[in-house]
Amino acid sequence: MKFLKFSLLTFFFFCACTPAQYSGGSRIASIQIKGSDTIVNLIQAWTEKNPVFFNVSVTGGGSGTGFASLINDTCDIAMSSRLMEEKEKILAKNRNVNIVGFNIGLDGLAVLVNKNNPVNELTLDQLRDIFMAKITNWKEVGGEDRKIVILSRESNSGTHVFFKERVLRRNNKNARDEFAVQSLMLPSSQTIYYEVYQNPNALGYVGMGFVNDKVKAVSIAINADSKYVFPTPENVINGTYLISRPLYLYTNGNPQGVVKMFIDYALSDAGQKIVLETDFVPFKI
Amino acid sequence: MKKIINTIIETIIFICGILSIVFVVLIFGFLFKEGFAFFKDYNVIKFIMGQFWYPDSNPALFGILPIVIGSILVTFGACLIVVPIGIMDALYISEIAPKGIRDVLKSSVELMAAIPSVVIGFVGMVTLVPFVKNLFDIPTGLTAFSGSITLAFMAMPTIVTISEDAIRSVPWQYKEGALALGATKWQTIRRIVLKTARPGIIAAVMLGIGRVVGETMAVMMITGNSAHIPNSIFEPVRTMTATIAAEMGETVRGDMHYKALFAIGLVLFVITFIVNFIADLFLGKNKNK
Repeated sequence: MKFLKFSLLTFFFFCACTPAQYSGGSRIASIQIKGSDTIVNLIQAWTEKNPVFFNVSVTGGGSGTGFASLINDTCDIAMSSRLMEEKEKILAKNRNVNIVGFNIGLDGLAVLVNKNNPVNELTLDQLRDIFMAKITNWKEVGGEDRKIVILSRESNSGTHVFFKERVLRRNNKNARDEFAVQSLMLPSSQTIYYEVYQNPNALGYVGMGFVNDKVKAVSIAINADSKYVFPTPENVINGTYLISRPLYLYTNGNPQGVVKMFIDYALSDAGQKIVLETDFVPFKI
Repeated sequence: MKKIINTIIETIIFICGILSIVFVVLIFGFLFKEGFAFFKDYNVIKFIMGQFWYPDSNPALFGILPIVIGSILVTFGACLIVVPIGIMDALYISEIAPKGIRDVLKSSVELMAAIPSVVIGFVGMVTLVPFVKNLFDIPTGLTAFSGSITLAFMAMPTIVTISEDAIRSVPWQYKEGALALGATKWQTIRRIVLKTARPGIIAAVMLGIGRVVGETMAVMMITGNSAHIPNSIFEPVRTMTATIAAEMGETVRGDMHYKALFAIGLVLFVITFIVNFIADLFLGKNKNK
């Protein structure tokens, strides 16, 4: 008798585990979105403002992770803060994955320092030297006599790759410059933000969406003679802020059904308005 | 009828027993296959003695010396903290504490084991990291030392519960004999109880080390993840587990980086194997006496 009870229970358990079928109506199938941590907040804002997309699950992990799972077919949309690399394109081709990309806006990378740090401005050269540990003390760039703690993202992050290419390698494809071994590779933008918030020695880079009045963003100039520019949406659009990048959504083949609905919404005027509200920069204003 | 049920149950139990061995062998097989494939394309000496870990660079550099040192440093620090505290805690619970306190202590130590590591990591990041930074006046609190404290906290339940069992199983005749000969309570604990319970305590410590070496989430959040060779315990380090966890997501099956992470797994396995082997040596020695 007990055995019977047990097997019945097991049976019901497995019944409950099989996915429920949605048959038409107002309900929509779920969408899996993976990739850049930077874009996670934006996707969340979109889904919150538009209740049709209640069944969207979004995970961070970095642009590389997004591409890997799109190629391995474990997500419907990959978010990326960089273009797909040749290497990844070849892998996708080998797996018969037909990659289609959509530009959904721009992001400026802000260099964050602690509020108590007197440094307000840095040139690109100074930034490069700091992240490669050629400058190790804040007093060399006009700050207090403190050691600089370099914060960086993990190498699977599109932010990491973009910052390396833009600041360390100056867009030179043949350069081999890397972040200094002393730099701390933190697992998310949130941890970088938090360490900068509580540590006056630290400096790190995050998407503009993370900047608020608890930390300080630094103005950037090409060299000491040119104008220092603060990361604002206006400065990213008119091109005067130097460290900015486009944001993308990638799908496997031309989007169909719900995925198409989502991407159409992202590119619509309403969607682009939310891009601006979440401190990113829409591709059109 | 009864006999048939008996045989069926026996077979099921046998299969379950064998299953764990099968899984272990399969996991080892997979680990060896993927790990050794890496050494075909990359020099073993360059892998183990290399000082730079730049897997995405061109040419990629896979030197794991800094992360092996990072793992060892964090583990060693954690042991220094947790072993004395854990053993004394176990002694207090089993030998000294009055019954009321003992019950509370025992259940709260067991409760510690139930805290998820990511929660410990987060609490450590918010409270311990700034505290360590201000206390020692160092550039950042994300250091091997903070990691050691966190890991000590996590290994505590394992070490306390297992050594407490070992101490409790010391026959009461031994203790009474010692006390009857005029030994004080401390002398009895030091010379009789600790000595008799030593194999169990060493096993507890080794299991604790195993937990510390393999812990991932908390160290990833707290040690700073900087792959350079540290000069002291108050510098950021990166551990083997954190490297695997942080980078596995971006790799595509079969490429060099993916195999390199498996090779790290292999090194990790060799280290834990050595730890277990030493533990077995100690246990065997004590049994023969």
